[in-house]
Amino acid sequence: MTFLPKPKLHHPELPRNALGLTRRDYEGAVSTLCAGCGHDSISAAIIRACYELALPPHRIAKLSGIGCSSKTPTYFLGQSHGFNSVHGRMPSVLTGAYLANRDLIYVGVSGDGDSASIGLGQFAHAIRRGVNMVYIVENNGVYGLTKGQFSATSDLGAKSKKGMTNRDQPIDLTGLALELGASFVARSFSGDKNQLVALLKAALLHPGAAFIDCISPCVAFNNHPGSTKSYDYVRAHNEAVNRVEVILPREPITVEYAPGETVAVTQHDGTVLQLRKLAADYDIRDRAAALAFLAARRNAGEIVTGLLYVDPEAEDLHTHLQTVEAPLNELEEDVLCPGAKALEALNQSLR
Amino acid sequence: MPKPLVRVNEFVVKFANINGSGSASANRLFARAILRMGVAATPRNIFPSNIQGLPTWYEVRVSESGHLGARGGVDLMVAMNPQTWDKDVASIEPGGYLFYDSTRPIPAQKFRDDITVIGMPLTALCNQEYSDTRERLLFKNIMYVGALSALLDIDVAELEKLISEQFKSKEQLIAANVHALHLGRDYAHKHWSCPIGLRVRRAETVGNRIFIDGNSAAALGAVYAGATVAAWYPITPSTSLAEAFERYCKRFRVDKEKGKNRFAIVQAEDELAAIGMVIGAGWNGARAFTATSGPGISLMQEFLGLAYFAEIPAVIFDVQRGGPSTGMPTRTQQADILACAYASHGDTKHILLFPEDPAECFAFAADAFDLAERLQTPVFVMLDLDIGMNERLTEPFQWRENRRYDRGKVLHFEDLDAGKEFARYLDVDGDGIPWRTYPGTHPKYGAFFTRGTTKDAFARYTEEGAPYVENMERLLRKFETAKTLVPKPVLHRASQESRFGALYYGSTSPAMEEAAEMLAAQGITLDRMRIRAFPFDDSVKSFIDEHEFVFVIEQNRDAQMRSLLLIECDADPRKLIRVLHYDGTPITARFIAETIAEKITFSRVVPLRKALP
Repeated sequence: MTFLPKPKLHHPELPRNALGLTRRDYEGAVSTLCAGCGHDSISAAIIRACYELALPPHRIAKLSGIGCSSKTPTYFLGQSHGFNSVHGRMPSVLTGAYLANRDLIYVGVSGDGDSASIGLGQFAHAIRRGVNMVYIVENNGVYGLTKGQFSATSDLGAKSKKGMTNRDQPIDLTGLALELGASFVARSFSGDKNQLVALLKAALLHPGAAFIDCISPCVAFNNHPGSTKSYDYVRAHNEAVNRVEVILPREPITVEYAPGETVAVTQHDGTVLQLRKLAADYDIRDRAAALAFLAARRNAGEIVTGLLYVDPEAEDLHTHLQTVEAPLNELEEDVLCPGAKALEALNQSLR
Repeated sequence: MPKPLVRVNEFVVKFANINGSGSASANRLFARAILRMGVAATPRNIFPSNIQGLPTWYEVRVSESGHLGARGGVDLMVAMNPQTWDKDVASIEPGGYLFYDSTRPIPAQKFRDDITVIGMPLTALCNQEYSDTRERLLFKNIMYVGALSALLDIDVAELEKLISEQFKSKEQLIAANVHALHLGRDYAHKHWSCPIGLRVRRAETVGNRIFIDGNSAAALGAVYAGATVAAWYPITPSTSLAEAFERYCKRFRVDKEKGKNRFAIVQAEDELAAIGMVIGAGWNGARAFTATSGPGISLMQEFLGLAYFAEIPAVIFDVQRGGPSTGMPTRTQQADILACAYASHGDTKHILLFPEDPAECFAFAADAFDLAERLQTPVFVMLDLDIGMNERLTEPFQWRENRRYDRGKVLHFEDLDAGKEFARYLDVDGDGIPWRTYPGTHPKYGAFFTRGTTKDAFARYTEEGAPYVENMERLLRKFETAKTLVPKPVLHRASQESRFGALYYGSTSPAMEEAAEMLAAQGITLDRMRIRAFPFDDSVKSFIDEHEFVFVIEQNRDAQMRSLLLIECDADPRKLIRVLHYDGTPITARFIAETIAEKITFSRVVPLRKALP
């Protein structure tokens, strides 16, 4: 398979965003994944979220590990630099990139094998360091490129296409992310594009480690009866806790809801996350409650989706490291090199 | 009894201590006082993987003639550790001296009759003088330094000066230390005829050289080179490099007005993450490095391959030690040569630099960042524990005032905006080095997708054979270009034409130089070439070609540099003769000279083909 460029022609009246760009300007190469793959819907949601937020494509860096999910950065944001790195190690590469330039927007794309199996350690540490990023796990509970082995997010009792039953406990990455101090945790479903686009927009604007676990059915190896990550199963068990609407500082608040139905969370950059509550007792600013809620609903057999937790006062890694405002990759000799005179003084102190 | 040794400015003192007893700073004081008297002194710390309780040694080689390598043997043993008494006493040269704490009686058979024994009741004296347990422990060390200053005729004024520099304006501490120093010194003067046969005499051999360890020097080089991102995982003997980087950054890299850092240091969760971060930062246009040792290099293998194929600059300081993880972490070796030269899967080759001392650790550290960016590839700076963790007399650090960083071939906004063509992996200049862009540079031009080798010259996905081969061939051309940029080998011709050559590298250097003198005294002359980098300069191959036999001196079991020479220079294996030292202690001049002399003698009586290598 070689590179398939997409024709750049588009309808002249295609709508444009604040940057004068059309949705097509946010697309990438033609996908080489299977027809109907959930991951392609996620790529489309990323395209729409970035277009609607009018993010300059070249200011986004997209990084991934290895696997079907990690192939997808080729299929969106063709004007962004991308990096298909090492299996399970995207988080460290992204962390390093973020250290070098704090001004770009970082999108880390991974899969359940990439993050919950081989890369669990790096997933954990990037989250707990507070790297300012959107970390998306395209979670299908199965290894696609190697044809159908269980992954670490496969549910207990789930049946593989070949008829095997998974006997290992699943890892719930949202629960882990909450434990590890992620300041934005959400779960979504590739089949619910409206929810996913809204969550992606909120995550892109979140000034800290934002994690989205997106259930994304594998049509080739995990979409059969007995699977707990199939389109049918997820649709039947999906319980959304809320609906998110992102309001930028410059936009007037237009969505009107009856009092008590909504909650507005203002982040410290001024963005407002307007949430329509679906579960009345759910407070998205309470980490401990979110964990308990997730556990309870999981036991009830539900797949909870929506924005599970957000810390509007999130801090990121650069704040902790007290680095200068300017990206480190822009600093030059004048401020980096102490110079010959300082070296002579240092030599003198070593005699 | 043989005559007691009489030596001025040429002897070895070894301190046998217990780890955690606070002896390190007293021993260091001893070495520095000798340096201040203008006499070269080289300390070596021989320490266990332990914080408290296990034996530790501090060896000081005093050498007015300037030999900085380990010599072997001990002329004066300061035996402060009953656990290692027997071995310590046995290691003294005939006619040598033993200084010990005589508070508790030691049976007569525990001594030797061919050495001079000097017993000082240190514990008793301390208990008499101090009531606090900690003071008793710490001042005992200073007290023996005081006694030694009398026994070896060390200028006490230098010791006092060093104490006052160390404690700066803390008058109380200065006074207390000086007091302990004189207690020891006075006791020695009162009880023995000072000095003994070994003595220090003021000289002028130190010059303007400085005294520092290689890890600190390399860290300082990284600061000067503009490294802004450091990611590392603690591992002996490289930890002090990362810590020194932080120390120098706090001194030189803080925006004083705003109190903000012009650096980012992350202690990663493991070496995989450390190198991953370095690669991410390098991809994004920051100068980044990691410091590690052999086991860390093993963990980094997959990433190192990616960096090689994706052509991302990275600097790796490998402070070598014995392998594996429980493999003599506190002992020195040069045993990661092949692991680094061919790190990772697939066809990979990497650039290695071999500094010989702290001055080169500094210089090569700085060069490594230029090379990594110019060549867009990982560069390894191969230190070892011997130069990394020991202070060494070395040439002062130098920095050309207007030195600019070589950031390599990068297309910036202006270039792209002016319509300059960009193809990430296309060899436009014929040197195998393509142009790159940093993420976020231009809204329309210059974006590309980074991956391993499934790509064409335009960074488009392909699994076709032809573009793969083309890319691999270009990487070879790039390696040829690297040859022209890395530090050249240093050649020392023997005073007369010789059919023997010696190839060596890194911390072996001072021992090799001294061994060459020892061999010359026996009538064996050697041309010597110090390898300073891989890929090898063409002169390495000609050096091998023009000698009948070439000794390859290394600190590992498997003659790794020799293997690399065989592979890369296509050399005749019968010509390259192994000289290998790998017991974890630094290689000595005596070992090199004896081994080479033996092999040469052997080669004269037995037909060459059978005897060698």
